[in-house]
Amino acid sequence: MSEPSVVLNNSEPTGTREQELIQSVQRGQSELFYELVRPYERRVFAAALAILRNEHDAEDAAQEAMLKGFAKIRQFRAEARFSTWLIQITVNEALMRRRRERTVPMQGLDDGHDEENEYAPRDFADWREIPSEALERKQVRQRLAEALGRLDRKYREVFMLRDMEHLNIQETAEALGITVASVKTRLLRARLRLRDLLAAGWEQGWFSRLPFEKGTKPW
Amino acid sequence: MVENIVNCEQVWREISNYVDGDVPAPRRGEMDVHFKTCRRCASVLAGTRNVVRLYGDERILEIPAGFSSRLERRLTSNEAAGGERWSSWSAWLAPVAAIALIVGTVGMMNSLTFRNYIRSQHAEPGKNIPPDLVVVVSEGSKLFHVPGCRFIHDPASERAMTAKQAAQQGYVPCTRCLRQYLKTGLTDRHGPEVADGDGDENKETPEQVLSVSGD
Repeated sequence: MSEPSVVLNNSEPTGTREQELIQSVQRGQSELFYELVRPYERRVFAAALAILRNEHDAEDAAQEAMLKGFAKIRQFRAEARFSTWLIQITVNEALMRRRRERTVPMQGLDDGHDEENEYAPRDFADWREIPSEALERKQVRQRLAEALGRLDRKYREVFMLRDMEHLNIQETAEALGITVASVKTRLLRARLRLRDLLAAGWEQGWFSRLPFEKGTKPW
Repeated sequence: MVENIVNCEQVWREISNYVDGDVPAPRRGEMDVHFKTCRRCASVLAGTRNVVRLYGDERILEIPAGFSSRLERRLTSNEAAGGERWSSWSAWLAPVAAIALIVGTVGMMNSLTFRNYIRSQHAEPGKNIPPDLVVVVSEGSKLFHVPGCRFIHDPASERAMTAKQAAQQGYVPCTRCLRQYLKTGLTDRHGPEVADGDGDENKETPEQVLSVSGD
């Protein structure tokens, strides 16, 4: 499987600098830990949000995960990427909280559907590539977030870890404790479902006035 | 020319793997041919790629206001407490016992305030929130909001109360709709301060006790 290009934070440390920071913290320079994890705070928050959905709970879990990462830093070995290791801790923390609190998340539209069922796309409009500049518009970001919120939990978790956190299929499976085959199936469903939801949004003008618009749909 | 031997259903089943480059070469070639001749599947492919690209952009998700400062504060306080040594249960016992002793002592000294716990471990400090401000809370949430805030968790269960009551019950202000009341200083670790409408300036609020307990 080829790895998609990873969108990195501009402030993400280079591998060498990160290794230096890790070793320094492991040797006891704990004041450097925040510098080490700061580039990943958005990703850690997003990973927690993928599981917990509630922003406030996600922040709690993200903070706790960072503390656990701090406590376990001496156990970290360079076989894994530091970011993946940190996100794994975060996912575990979020899953533990969800089990403990037995919260009842808002259910998405796909509830009750068996993931083994076939899923057929619904909209076959002409398309165009949507430039990433579209994300500069708050309305577009909101609509994308709303569509994501309409996914059933099991699809949303996989989609967020895979396509937003950029974990690979194996890492996503390990993080959630499911099989690789389940990750692929859920990812397919999530992507097609989002595409359908956003295609509907096009009818409502969500993506209007974008520079690429030439009278054709992007989905 | 490669014969187009895959149908639309087969293409849809594999389209996610195709986008990821996770389809064996022979099947990928068949799908390539199919996309050239099937406008519907080309549409599905383009839309799927749009989904992956747009959601993969980090701008799609904003972290809450003040997230970084709260995280740094918590890590700093943990570090100050010697957190890096707390890697085993045995090492945790002494500080946990000490904290329990302190909290217990505070509780005995002021049982009223001890009952008023805070629901969040990282409350964004609020300042001068009008005590009579009507706010809403809901099931499963630790926040209080201005009515109508779109970040209310489970709006179906929301109930109204004053900001003072919400703070006394341990709720903390929403970082979105009550942003104007949030502090940003790194040194102030108090919980939400609701302006005291009783005129009792010296009375210790539950939230101040919480800040003493180490949050």
